[in-house]
Amino acid sequence: MSEKQGANGPMEEYVTVLIAGQLFGLPINRVQDVFMLKDMTEVPLSIPEIAGVLNLRGRIVTAIDMRQRLDLPPRDSNEMAMAVGIEVARESFGLVIDRIGDVLYLPINEFEPSPVNLDPRWKRVADGIFRLEKELLVILDVDKVLDLGERDVAA
Amino acid sequence: MDDLLQEFLTETVESLDVVDVELVKFEQEPNNAAILGNIFRLVHTIKGTCGFLGLPRLGALAHAAETLMGKYRDGAPVTSDGVSLILQTIDRLKEILEQLEEMQAEPEGVDDDLISLLDQMSLGKMEAEAAAKAASEAEAASAETADARTAGVAADGMLTPTDEPVQSADRNLKPGEVSLEDLERAFNEAPGPDLSVPAPQPAVPEAPEAKAAPAPAPKPAPASAPKPKAAAKKDERRSGDERRKAGGSGGGKAKGGGSVKSQSIRVSVETLEQLMTMVSELVLTRNQLLEMVRKHDDSEFKGPLQRLSNVTAELQEGVMQTRMQPIGNAWQKLPRIVRDLSHELDKKIDLEMIGAETELDRQVLEVIKDPLTHMVRNSADHGLEDTADRVMLGKPEAGRITLSAYHEGGQIIIKIVDDGRGLNAEKIKAKVLSNGLATEDELERMSEAQLHRFIFHAGFSTASEVTAVSGRGVGMDVVRTNIELIGGTVDLKSVAGKGSTFIIKIPLTLAIVSALIVEVSGQRFAIPQLSVVELVRAHGEAGHRIEMINDTPVLRLRNKLLPLIYLNAMLNLPSGEGGGPGERTAGKAGDGREFVVVTQVGSQTFGVVVDSVFHTEEIVVKPMSSMLRGISMFSGNTILGDGSVIMIIDPNGIAQNVANDAGVQSVSEEHREEEHAASAQELTTMLVFSAGSEEPKAVPLSLVTRLEEIDPAKIEHSNGRDLVQYRGKLMPLVYMEGYDRSQLKTTGGQPMLVFTDADRSMGLVVDKIIDIIEDRLIIEITSDRPGVFGAAVIRERATEIIDIAHYLPQAFGDWLERKDRAPQEKKSRDLNLLLVDDSPFFRNMLAPLLMSAGYKVTLAASAEEALDMKDRGEAFDIIVSDIEMPGMSGIDFAEKLRFDPDWGETPIIALSSHAEQSLIERSRQAGFYEYIGKFDREGLVETLREVRVEMEEAV
Repeated sequence: MSEKQGANGPMEEYVTVLIAGQLFGLPINRVQDVFMLKDMTEVPLSIPEIAGVLNLRGRIVTAIDMRQRLDLPPRDSNEMAMAVGIEVARESFGLVIDRIGDVLYLPINEFEPSPVNLDPRWKRVADGIFRLEKELLVILDVDKVLDLGERDVAA
Repeated sequence: MDDLLQEFLTETVESLDVVDVELVKFEQEPNNAAILGNIFRLVHTIKGTCGFLGLPRLGALAHAAETLMGKYRDGAPVTSDGVSLILQTIDRLKEILEQLEEMQAEPEGVDDDLISLLDQMSLGKMEAEAAAKAASEAEAASAETADARTAGVAADGMLTPTDEPVQSADRNLKPGEVSLEDLERAFNEAPGPDLSVPAPQPAVPEAPEAKAAPAPAPKPAPASAPKPKAAAKKDERRSGDERRKAGGSGGGKAKGGGSVKSQSIRVSVETLEQLMTMVSELVLTRNQLLEMVRKHDDSEFKGPLQRLSNVTAELQEGVMQTRMQPIGNAWQKLPRIVRDLSHELDKKIDLEMIGAETELDRQVLEVIKDPLTHMVRNSADHGLEDTADRVMLGKPEAGRITLSAYHEGGQIIIKIVDDGRGLNAEKIKAKVLSNGLATEDELERMSEAQLHRFIFHAGFSTASEVTAVSGRGVGMDVVRTNIELIGGTVDLKSVAGKGSTFIIKIPLTLAIVSALIVEVSGQRFAIPQLSVVELVRAHGEAGHRIEMINDTPVLRLRNKLLPLIYLNAMLNLPSGEGGGPGERTAGKAGDGREFVVVTQVGSQTFGVVVDSVFHTEEIVVKPMSSMLRGISMFSGNTILGDGSVIMIIDPNGIAQNVANDAGVQSVSEEHREEEHAASAQELTTMLVFSAGSEEPKAVPLSLVTRLEEIDPAKIEHSNGRDLVQYRGKLMPLVYMEGYDRSQLKTTGGQPMLVFTDADRSMGLVVDKIIDIIEDRLIIEITSDRPGVFGAAVIRERATEIIDIAHYLPQAFGDWLERKDRAPQEKKSRDLNLLLVDDSPFFRNMLAPLLMSAGYKVTLAASAEEALDMKDRGEAFDIIVSDIEMPGMSGIDFAEKLRFDPDWGETPIIALSSHAEQSLIERSRQAGFYEYIGKFDREGLVETLREVRVEMEEAV
């Protein structure tokens, strides 16, 4: 659906998001919606990547702190954060980001694998890279982002 | 037509399931006309509908089965073979239905094998019957057959005048059997108001059956008339049960004259799910509106909004209800399965099902259906011994499998209990070793329970032979996986030779739970109301005060010490005062702003300290995200009326942590419960400490007056003993046997247990106070060592139970021979005292005390034993009896003695660890002289003296 035929061969559509100044891309077909992070409840004893849970139109969404996930410095708590809604295995998740960017159509043949020297924490969740004119766009693998492992949280 | 077929399929499959169950029941009580009537009717309906839909193969089978059942109904003896044959037919019907569903048409094939068997069986019966009956009765017999079948067949006849004869024409009529034409004639000719007006709707085949009962009365078979009538009546009652079982999906099915189809429709689960989401949305919107209107006092919206609010609430409830189904639906097939197994394995098996009406979410039901079936099969196959073995072991011939379901603490607990051989630990060990799952060394250290849990590992089966039924080793791990998939747990306990119990706990996903909303550190949480016993406000001064025992907070609640847990500490939240969780203790204790939620999980009771308590709210439990499931403190989350998400506290998780916190391994409370239930019933609160050596030691907490920490510098040495100044007096210190004085701490506080009797105190020096544990106290190994009663298992650790009485004389040589007791010793004769107590600990503790107070003590471990003594002619001056005892209770014992010619005059004193007023009242009424707390030694001695004085005065 998101694939379109462009001048440079097949195109893929990505939602871009800004996290700590870095531009990331998510395949648009994986994104359900984008929402403001309001009235979030923190979950005691949860792993640090879990920002909390919130009610999004009657569904309980688990918010993942992307900065924490990518090992980035914590957000200035005064800013109202946004989240990208994603559904995996009938569960709703929200990836907490700083800002939502444009939707980009990018030719698939320009997609390239992540550089070998990328921070392992990023490498684990990154699918590859697009070299945009001004900056680099890191494409995230949603499933890997959400694979926080069956870590036994000490309770 | 497709819809009609679909409808027919689902309904018929359901009916067949019911027939399955009913047939098994019928086999057990062949004389129950109601059951047979029910089966007959169901099969008959299937047959009728088959004819209507043009499904000759199904119709012919159903017809043959019906014929045989018709014979049973007419009184032919019911045989196991016959029932098996019918069950086989039902299976064939199901097979055909399956194919029918796939192909939308009846599959090709012949069922002559079954039909001829069925016919032979019917024929055989008929011949026997025919021989028994005189020829002159033939007419009556045919009339009887007619009236039994009149209604249904006649209705059929009207429905399917073309289809029905096709079936009958397939074969010749058997003797005694009547042709359809005859039946129709009989039906039409039979007088009766109902019959003159043929049922107009073709969809009510059973309607006339019930009503037709009186019709044949005038016929020359008077005896047969009341029978169907009674059956019809019972049928009606049964239909009620059935409806409940079917959880609404059955609607008015099988009701005396009701229509089969009109009462229910089938809706896909997705639709319901969607509806549920919409309703939640609606609730939230309503709440927002309410909030807005609340700000304007005289809003014209108020009235309509109130109505909207009510309707929404009802709607919400209604939609929730649609998802709930009784668990009995998942059990429906089990009686049949067990019956078949019982034949296959040649074991006698009784299956008992308790709590079939327990409701749970439909989806959950689907998931646990197969695991349950598997586990019941397992129990029947592996769990239960062969009949011969059972008899040899002195067990009842028939093995028993009990399946029960109930709600507990926001969970559904399903138990599968068998009274078979239990798990074989040795076999498991061998298997674990051969599979390389653990080393011998590891196995050695494992508790039996841990060992048992290996059966949940993949590819694990201890059955030496793989039977057709189970033992393929793919079972239990699949069961576990399935159950864990829906956030449930499965555990087992097993006692060799006694049987095994499997416990499945499933969270009530999407179920409504009443919960208490509490706040701690600014966050709200829900605690399921089910586990909340009461709410206590901890006051600063009087009443309920939070006290510390070596940094362990406790609350004195009536006569008990309640261990406390600070919720903020448990959840790692900052305490309200801004300090870390470490500061929760002394600083906060007793500032009067805390609420204690007294919570009970199984037999464990504890207090959860929270900052504030709001209200109770009906919440919808939503399953937690898979990422949060590892947190045992929470069982789920929910959306509150104001739209915010809060976590639901899992009391079981807390209970486990209570134990973990104390550094003791938590064990399934129930496990011990059952192991020890036979030997003791009451819980004793024990203070566990260490002194001298690493092994934990314990004393009953109620004997301890205080726990103190004394500055070692203040310990003085005088006249060969250590003393401290304590509350303005000198208190002697005593050391445990084997305790080296050099072990005394030089800095910090030296902990000690203070025992006070009247105005004297003694300090027992210990190294460390470990914990306060409420547990059943069973002294398993008695000891000859002075100062030790013996060893008991407390929280899975062997613990020495200390005999305080041994140390008291060390502090004061005359402790047990004090002045106030002196007069008693001057009595010329010792009074004979009978002490009845089931707990060896109390017998051991009280006996020396009573002896030292000048009584000749005889011990009895039960009321029964005491009564035996009575029968042997023994006599006592005073009886002291425990109230709570297995078997005959103290109250019953007292009542029995009250008017006894021999012992009726003997004063009897009650001992109990409970001090409820009602119990005190009851014991007085039962004839007890006085009611005394178990550890109130002084009270006991005092009371005994009173009795003594009274007795003397009487003399």
